[in-house]
Amino acid sequence: MKKYIVKRILISIPVLLGITFVVFFLLNVVPGDPVAILMKEKASAEVIARVRAQMHLDDPWLVRYLRFLWGVLHGDFGVSYKLQRPVTDLILQAFPKTLVLALSAAIFSWIVGIPAGILSAVRQYSLPDYFFMGFSLTGVSMPIFWSALLFQYVFALKLGWLPVAGFYGWKYVILPAVVLGWSSAGLIARLTRSSLLDVMKKDYIRTARAKGVRELPVITGHALKNALLPVVTVMAIQVASLLSGAVITESVFGIPGLGRVAVDAIKNRDMPLLQGAVLFATVLVILGNLVADILYSFLDPRIRFEKK
Amino acid sequence: MWYKKIFSRKKASEAVETAALVAGTSQEAGGESLLGDILYSFRQNKTASIGLCVVVLLVFLAVFAPLICPYDPYEMDLDQQFLRPSAGHWFGTDRFGRDLFTRVVYGTRISLLVGLVPSFIAVSLGGILGVFSGYVGGRTDFWIMRLADVVMAFPSLLLALVVMYTLGATLFNIFIALSLVGWAGAARVVRSQVLSLKEMEFVEAARAIGVRDVVIMARHILPNCLPALIVLFTLRIPEAIMFEASLSFLGVGAQPPTPSWGLLVSRGKEFLFSAPWVAILPGVAIFVTVLAFNFMGDGFRDAIDPYMKD
Repeated sequence: MKKYIVKRILISIPVLLGITFVVFFLLNVVPGDPVAILMKEKASAEVIARVRAQMHLDDPWLVRYLRFLWGVLHGDFGVSYKLQRPVTDLILQAFPKTLVLALSAAIFSWIVGIPAGILSAVRQYSLPDYFFMGFSLTGVSMPIFWSALLFQYVFALKLGWLPVAGFYGWKYVILPAVVLGWSSAGLIARLTRSSLLDVMKKDYIRTARAKGVRELPVITGHALKNALLPVVTVMAIQVASLLSGAVITESVFGIPGLGRVAVDAIKNRDMPLLQGAVLFATVLVILGNLVADILYSFLDPRIRFEKK
Repeated sequence: MWYKKIFSRKKASEAVETAALVAGTSQEAGGESLLGDILYSFRQNKTASIGLCVVVLLVFLAVFAPLICPYDPYEMDLDQQFLRPSAGHWFGTDRFGRDLFTRVVYGTRISLLVGLVPSFIAVSLGGILGVFSGYVGGRTDFWIMRLADVVMAFPSLLLALVVMYTLGATLFNIFIALSLVGWAGAARVVRSQVLSLKEMEFVEAARAIGVRDVVIMARHILPNCLPALIVLFTLRIPEAIMFEASLSFLGVGAQPPTPSWGLLVSRGKEFLFSAPWVAILPGVAIFVTVLAFNFMGDGFRDAIDPYMKD
């Protein structure tokens, strides 16, 4: 087991290096001089040249990449062009808000998705099944920014139950969490349903039924344990993707989280800030996948023994 | 070297022709009934058929937009600002007095283009790289798959944002961004299929009679991956439409006055309380389109692989 975890962590290292390279490459081939953009037309060519030298922008790209990598390894993502503050500070300031939003959305998706999936599987091709699968498909097909606006319009503007935007307490988290968690809930419901349907066809379920075990204990005691296995791992991956995918939700609801930082960085052409935000979010996704893999091997003894 | 292995002609051209003939005949014999089965299964699926009908309607709207719409999508009339939906203006008008229905219908062209072109490029690129990676194996496989790992590790929207930052916010660059984001998934799926396909007897037989590797990949392996690629393509379309709308909503996609649906919603949100239709109706268009493509994609997937149905 330890061997597997170590191997899995080692596999993540080249991916992480690849990510730093792709982000650096994409953002450093950007047309236009970042210093000229930063100083606009106010500065003379001489000043621009001096600042370029100070920022090491005249060095070969490989040197700059290695310097950038060295900084990242020490938690230093550089200084924001626009805000003139360390990018690490800005990210750490924004991250807790995104974390609260992502966790709330994830909890919502579990609370709604898992029971919906179970009910759909148990009552396959019934009205509840069609309803929940319709709900799931709606969640996947609605653009987040549009469902966010609909929710704002109905629950904040028309009914006045919840605040429209901002981030000043738990009430402000409800709408964005529901919006962000909806499509995840749909995905979890579909996965739970298909996994449970698959397990219900297995021999040991038939044996349990043949022995006279009632339907409810068959589902809760025998089928669910195995059916929820893939769901649990997807849940781990989803937390990570919600953390990184909150870009639109944060923009619509005015939450100063990581996604908003990335969008603002693009608008201000603040390359170090965008670089830091994207790298941080991507590392979170990789960590999420790593946790999901390890969790899966913990939960499923077959994988554990296979690895041995 | 791998490329020498691929492009080397192992035996005489007659052998190549014989192999192609053998494989071609067998594919033809099985191909027709498989296609028939898939189409029959697709037709039996009601939601998939509805999805297809909506898609056909959308294509019709996109092609004949100038004939269907009574107004110019860019023509402003400040006396007609924020008119409610009525018989004259089915979806009402926006802040510049432009007919919203006309703009939504013209927006269909952008959404379909963005849905189809980058998805086609991404799936084609992924398909070719996947076949190459799986068939050649070794270092080529290792590096292509590591690159795919890196692309897939990125949150797609953030990667698309970075590409748009680098290249600039234009519709053409959205094509590039979506193609770059989407190829990796297709490459992985196709590679896993190729790994089992290349061990099959018909590939071995082709190899044995001296068919070049590049021909085996193009004529024998790739056609067997086509069903999976078609499913990936149809499921990729709604994703691409959603991506374009999201990028345009965030202000890094299509730029005004282009009637992109995401942009229409973005501009309309400022007037959500006073004129909600300006933001809500273009959103309905996105929702219906994505839903139709999802229905169609699910239908294809179920028809091609019935085990996936539940």
